[in-house]
Amino acid sequence: MTASGTISKGLFRGFNLRQKTILLTSFISLLLIAIVASNFFIDNRSMSTDFESKNLAPSFDHPFGTDWMGRDMFIRTLGGLGLSIMIGAIASTISTILSIILGLLSSVGKIEDSFVSWLVDVFLSIPHLLLIILISIGLGGGATGVIMGVAFTHWTSLTRIVRAEIKQLKTQGYIQVSRNFGKSKWWIAVKHFMPHLIPQFILGTILMFPHAILHEASVTFLGFGLSPHEPAIGIILSESMRYLSAGYWWLAFFPGLSLLIVVLSFDMIGENLDKLMNPKKAHE
Amino acid sequence: MYLKAENISFGYKKDNWILRNVNISLGSGEVLGLIGDSGSGKSTLCKILSGYETNYNGTVSLDGKKIPSGIYNPVQLIFQHPEKAVNPKWKMKDILNEGHIVSQELLESFGIKENWLNRWPNELSGGELQRFALARALGPGTKFLIADEITTMVDAITQAQIWESILNIVEELNIGVLVVSHDKNLINKLCHDVLHLSDINTG
Repeated sequence: MTASGTISKGLFRGFNLRQKTILLTSFISLLLIAIVASNFFIDNRSMSTDFESKNLAPSFDHPFGTDWMGRDMFIRTLGGLGLSIMIGAIASTISTILSIILGLLSSVGKIEDSFVSWLVDVFLSIPHLLLIILISIGLGGGATGVIMGVAFTHWTSLTRIVRAEIKQLKTQGYIQVSRNFGKSKWWIAVKHFMPHLIPQFILGTILMFPHAILHEASVTFLGFGLSPHEPAIGIILSESMRYLSAGYWWLAFFPGLSLLIVVLSFDMIGENLDKLMNPKKAHE
Repeated sequence: MYLKAENISFGYKKDNWILRNVNISLGSGEVLGLIGDSGSGKSTLCKILSGYETNYNGTVSLDGKKIPSGIYNPVQLIFQHPEKAVNPKWKMKDILNEGHIVSQELLESFGIKENWLNRWPNELSGGELQRFALARALGPGTKFLIADEITTMVDAITQAQIWESILNIVEELNIGVLVVSHDKNLINKLCHDVLHLSDINTG
């Protein structure tokens, strides 16, 4: 059997691994986009209270059940996930921009480099959650507080990666060869450095997503994040805690499971994009 | 045209010289061999000659003038490990044409196949990559070629093929070549003249 024969087994027979990866990634991306898009079609009526159908177990009418005020948990969960993804998107974008700026700054000179390293160490030495809560409260709480809290704490690891990548690239032979061909610094930065850095930026942003979403949910769960009238996953989970002992397990189970699925989806997209963008894995 | 290095001294630590008062000169069209033991400073000398290492004492000159930086260097270095001289995120055709647009003639003389051009560097062997590095460095602006153990990773037949192509091209373009190697037989076969680094290095 040939090498390509051995991997073309199972579900999607006939596709190679690259095609499968593209298929899987687009499917997951579509799912996440659908969650965000569905938020624009949820009208207030379906979120409103309906005391005739409160505390219903999951059924065809209400796939995730209903809560103590008769609100449909499926729609609330969708709304919460959409909100979480949006907050995650903004927070990780800001975070990535921060790490790009700091990573580039560290490559300027020795003083700048030690400053950036020192800043990274300072931020890493304080527990994430504590810092998010502090920043969030400092900025007056709410969505802005949470977004900024998450954004200002998640740039450290990507900054380190960007800094190390630039340092390593600078010593590479092909950079010296390019210089010897008379290429300008700007040309080398765009043509030689960028193809290495851009995948890091994209992957960094996507892999920051799950962290951002989980931290947003946990800060909100603890009561320092979004205000209670918004259908955030953290709010849904913290409210459902009070009803768990009464046997209404679906209030926490489905939203929690959905959150887990969303987080894992982002992780999968990140890993698969790495496979697609890396030339070393082009023929796997 | 003459590439001249005078009183070159280089060391990583004070009073611990790797190269000490080395003089070497290479003329256009000349093929000069350089032999030395491991750690004797062969590669360092190559880097100094081709402008990769700038932190040294002494002068390197081309026809009596300092070699300017920031423009195409007439002295081009070929590495021992070609995989370090290519950007792994570039397609081979981009790598090939970075210095100048490589002519079809040059591609053929190095035996570079058309379908290699659309591959990534990690999909080619060391010998194949070295042909690319050579074709890339032999541009119209190149006057001298510093070959630092460039065929140590290939078998004897490929080594002969590569060197035959190089010698034909440098003769046609009147390029001076410094051939650095451990292999005395290779150097004797290729070069008009041979230098032992231990003879010219007092460090």
